[in-house]
Amino acid sequence: MTTPEQVYETYIRTTPDKLWAAITNPEFTRQYWGGGANVSDWKKGSKWSHMNEGDTGGEKCCTGGHVLESTPPSRLVLSWAKPDNPADDSRVTFEIEAVEDMTRLKVVHGSFKEGSDLASKVAWGWPRVLSSLKSFLETGKGLNVWAGH
Amino acid sequence: MDAVFKALADKSRRELLDQLRKSDGQTLGELCDYLDMTRQAVTKHLALLASANLVVTVWRGREKLHYLNPVPINEIYMRWIGKFEQRRLHALHNLKQALEENQHDNA
Repeated sequence: MTTPEQVYETYIRTTPDKLWAAITNPEFTRQYWGGGANVSDWKKGSKWSHMNEGDTGGEKCCTGGHVLESTPPSRLVLSWAKPDNPADDSRVTFEIEAVEDMTRLKVVHGSFKEGSDLASKVAWGWPRVLSSLKSFLETGKGLNVWAGH
Repeated sequence: MDAVFKALADKSRRELLDQLRKSDGQTLGELCDYLDMTRQAVTKHLALLASANLVVTVWRGREKLHYLNPVPINEIYMRWIGKFEQRRLHALHNLKQALEENQHDNA
């Protein structure tokens, strides 16, 4: 049986450009994504890495993958794997759309490999990261995504 | 946040969310099969859940799939419950579950 994909959605009082920057700028990600920074040039085919403090890059560094599609500020598709098992990858799509004075962010995480435990791991993180992202953009301060972990 | 509480304040809508929790990404038809409700009632409840952003939809070809979106509930969690000692709440929750193991909680 294939693992169902996960769909998350949040409305944020911000603009698509600011939301795109919040997802792709390492200095911004660090402030709401549990201390890790998303690093890439965000061009199709490029590598991307979620680097925690002290990470130096390299093959087995970080959660990450490749940029599969990149259309700023509306759509970003990434492959996503843990550093210890790059073959066990999955796919994340960010869809960004302005809705009146808000911006809707839809995150679809799917294409999990059979038998992978990646789905249950990311299901814990996404609601926290997205709540924290919303707080960061609306108040300038992210949440402690590791609370209670 | 009012919309979330209003959406959750109904047993049928909670049942719908439970169905999606069991198996995410269902069509309207699949949801109707499991629930003792008319198609119109399910449609109405889904619309209310969607307006509270608790259910989101994705088109796959000609099928409209419904997904449980946990982000608004997480915001409630982070705002009130996240403040408290989560481990203690977990322990209490596990104790309650163990004690009620053979009962069905319809609350």
